[in-house]
Formats: sequence, C-alpha cells, structure tokens
Amino acid sequence: METLAMHISNGIINGPVAALFAVIALAAMAYCVRRGRQDLDDRLAPMAGLVAAFIFAVQMLNFPIFTAGVSGHLLGGALAAMLVGPWVGALCIAVVLVVQALVFGDGGVAMLGLSITNMAVIAVAVGYLLIALLLRVLPRTPTGLAVTAFVAALVSVVVGAMGFVLQYWLGGTADLGGNLAGLAGTMAVFHLFIGVGEGLITAATVVTVAKVRPDLVYALRALKPAAPATVVTVGGVR
Amino acid sequence: MGAGHAHVLYRESGSPVHRLPPEVKIAAMVAFTVAVVATPREAIWAFGAYAVLVAVVAGLARVSPGWLLTRSAIELPFVLFAFALPFLGAGERVDLLGLSLSVEGLYGAWNILAKGTLGVWASLLLAATTTTRDLIVGLDRLRCPQILTQIATFMLRYLDVLVGEARRMRVARLSRGDDPRFLWQLRGFAVGVGALFLRAFERGERVYLAMLSRGYTGRMPAVWQTAGAATTAQWLIAATVPVLAGTVAATAVLLT
Repeated sequence: METLAMHISNGIINGPVAALFAVIALAAMAYCVRRGRQDLDDRLAPMAGLVAAFIFAVQMLNFPIFTAGVSGHLLGGALAAMLVGPWVGALCIAVVLVVQALVFGDGGVAMLGLSITNMAVIAVAVGYLLIALLLRVLPRTPTGLAVTAFVAALVSVVVGAMGFVLQYWLGGTADLGGNLAGLAGTMAVFHLFIGVGEGLITAATVVTVAKVRPDLVYALRALKPAAPATVVTVGGVR
Repeated sequence: MGAGHAHVLYRESGSPVHRLPPEVKIAAMVAFTVAVVATPREAIWAFGAYAVLVAVVAGLARVSPGWLLTRSAIELPFVLFAFALPFLGAGERVDLLGLSLSVEGLYGAWNILAKGTLGVWASLLLAATTTTRDLIVGLDRLRCPQILTQIATFMLRYLDVLVGEARRMRVARLSRGDDPRFLWQLRGFAVGVGALFLRAFERGERVYLAMLSRGYTGRMPAVWQTAGAATTAQWLIAATVPVLAGTVAATAVLLT
C-alpha cells in the first residue's frame, strides 16, 4: 500500500490528471532549480549528492506492516529540507524518483509528476515550513532539534500520503465508490507508523550531524548566518 | 567501492540496443510509456501489440524473458492492489467462478496490471542496456538542468560510498561482540545511522575535493567533449518503437 502511495505505477491514475500534475511538478522543479543554483556551493554539492544517495538507500528499506501486501518506505523529505534546504532538497528527492523510475522500474515514468508532487513538493514544503516554525519556537538544544526533526518528518509523510488520496480522488482509474474515505483512512494510519520510523531516523541523523558539523545543517545555517566554515574532518584515522 | 560503474540491473553486452546513445533510448522509453498510458483500457489487443514490441526490443538487446519476468517482481504490491479491486469496486457486477465481481473493478485491475507491467518492462530494458554513467550523460544531452545531473552523478557515486561505510561499521560492531540477528540488527542500525551519514559525508567530501582538484567543473567530460552524441540516423532508428506504439495507441483511441 505504501509503495502504491509513493511510487505510483502506470495506470493507477488516469492520463489527464497525471499530465496536470506533471505540469505542476515541472513548474515547481523549474523554480527549485532557479533558487537551488544560488544555494549550491562547494559544501552543499557533495552534501546534496549524499542526501540523495542516503534517501535512495533508505527508500529501498521497506517496512512490512501487519501483512505482506502492506509495506512502506521512508520518504526523506524532512531530512532533505533540514540538511540541504527546501530548494536543493526538493531537487534531491526528484532526482531519486527519476532515477528509480528510469533505472529500477520503480514507479511508472508517466506517473512521475504525481510522485514528484507528493514527495518532492508537498512533503518537502510541509517539512521545511514546520522546521522553520519549530526551530524558532523550541529551545536551541539538541532535544529541540530532535523534536523539530521528528515532528517535521512525521507530518510531512502523512501529508504526502494525503496528496496521493487527492490525486486518486481526482483521477483514480478504478472507481472505489464510497471506499475513498476508507482509502484515506488506511493511508493515514499506515503512514502514521511510517512517519514515526521516519521521524526517529531523521532526528537521529540530524542531531548527530548537528553535534559534529553544525555548518552542514542548512536549517541551522539560516538561523546563524555567520557560522565559520570548517574543513577539518572529524572522526580520526580509519 | 572501486570500479562500480555499472548497476545491478545492467546486462553487459554489445547488442545494437546497447550501442545506441543513451539520450535516444531515454526519449524512446518515455514516449513509449506515454503511448501505453494513453491507450484506453478496453482495447485489449493494443496491449498485446505493445508486449510484442517489448519482446522484439528485448530480443535485439539479448535480454532473456526469464530475467525480465523475475525483475518485474518490483511491481508486486500493485498486483495485490489490482486483485483487490474486483471485490472493492462499485457498480455493475458479474458472477465468475462463483464470485461476485465488479465489472468496473475488473477493468481497473486489468488497466493497472497491463499498463504497470509494460511500464516496468520498458524501464528494465533501458536499465539493462544503459550504464548509470551513460544515463546521466544522456539526461545532460537532453538539456536536463546541470544542477539535477550533478546531484544525480553524486548520488550514484555516493551510493557505493554509503554501502561501503555501512559494511565497515557492521564489521566493526560484530568484531566488538555485537550479535545482530533480524530485528536486533535494526536497533544497531538506528543508533548508528547518524554516524554512518557523517562518515559517508566525510569520505564523500574527500572524493569531491579530489575531483575538483583534477579539474571537475560540474559536468562529466563525456558531455562537453560531445563525442558519441546521437546522430540523426540513430534518432530515427530509436524512434521506430515509440512511433509504432503511438500508431497503436491512436488506432485504439479511434476504435473505442
């Protein structure tokens, strides 16, 4: 069911709705490319690549929930927004989705617009708005950061899943009749579980990175503009 | 790490499909998929024609049908969803083998199965005949913004870094007396995920700086050297598949 939500296979949603969301996704991505170019410097370029690789790897980890047919994967929207910012973050997720569709057959190519809208646009936007809000409200402690990351990840996953419900309502190829509310409920409940897992991983990753290399966390950089750049590697000999 | 320039799905071969430039293959694959999705689901014969097209390309690319079918397993969750539709669907019902099934649901299931499977086959054929490096060169030649190809390049490069670091950390845990089995492994993973990210970043940053010091400017040399870019003849050869698929789709639209 989760793979269904996020990596939509060809034929689940009808052509016109898929085309509409392809236009939306394309416009959003074009804007992100323009804004992202200003963000992408020598420090962010490898970071963006690693965030994308990390999300790529994590999306392959499928959690089985309850029964075989229902499994879910992490999205990484909040993580990307936190570490590389909303513009480059959305681009990272879009790249992950495009490569998965082209090279692994995961998600239909004609449905890419829908997936990108759910995961790269909606999830990242919701995640980043929450991060920007919570970082200002919560105390500047590791706990505050962990709570921010957890909440942003959890909410962004559930809202992203609702994006699919909206798309299915607009153009689902099979008429479920009165079962649409059922679909929305199932999606919300399962994604709440996924969201908790995603929140824990996001919080663990962000807190560790912020402790050792705070200069690498985009969301923190925006708050403290004059952070000194360190190129020293930490971690000792290996 | 090391020479991992191919990915798991790539099938090493010198077939005519492998030799085509990546950009024409990507364009053909996307156009083919769009044609399939645009086909009305009632035109069952059209999907048969698409399957024949896929089989011909697979034959030319020397990709075995068995491999194609095994790898289609990625689609399984959708198949399960599709099988639920005839029971969930609304509207007119038919009796089949003693089960009351929704006609709408049956058509919905067929739609998802046929279009999904053809889409997965098209992706698999592209993956089997194109290395990831070529894929990015192809995207770049199709005027994909440089920031995207750059992220994609690093993503594919760092996947191996990430896997390598994860393996090293696992060995380190094992050699210190950890005994990871099934679920308990998850705990070790969750605790170490931040450290894994940081270690992979630091290694990745060194890779990036090494690339910069060797003259990397954000694009792969193969792109700006423009060697091996597609000729008009190659574009025409690759266009046969989407043109045929488009004709089938147009006929199906007209007939239904």
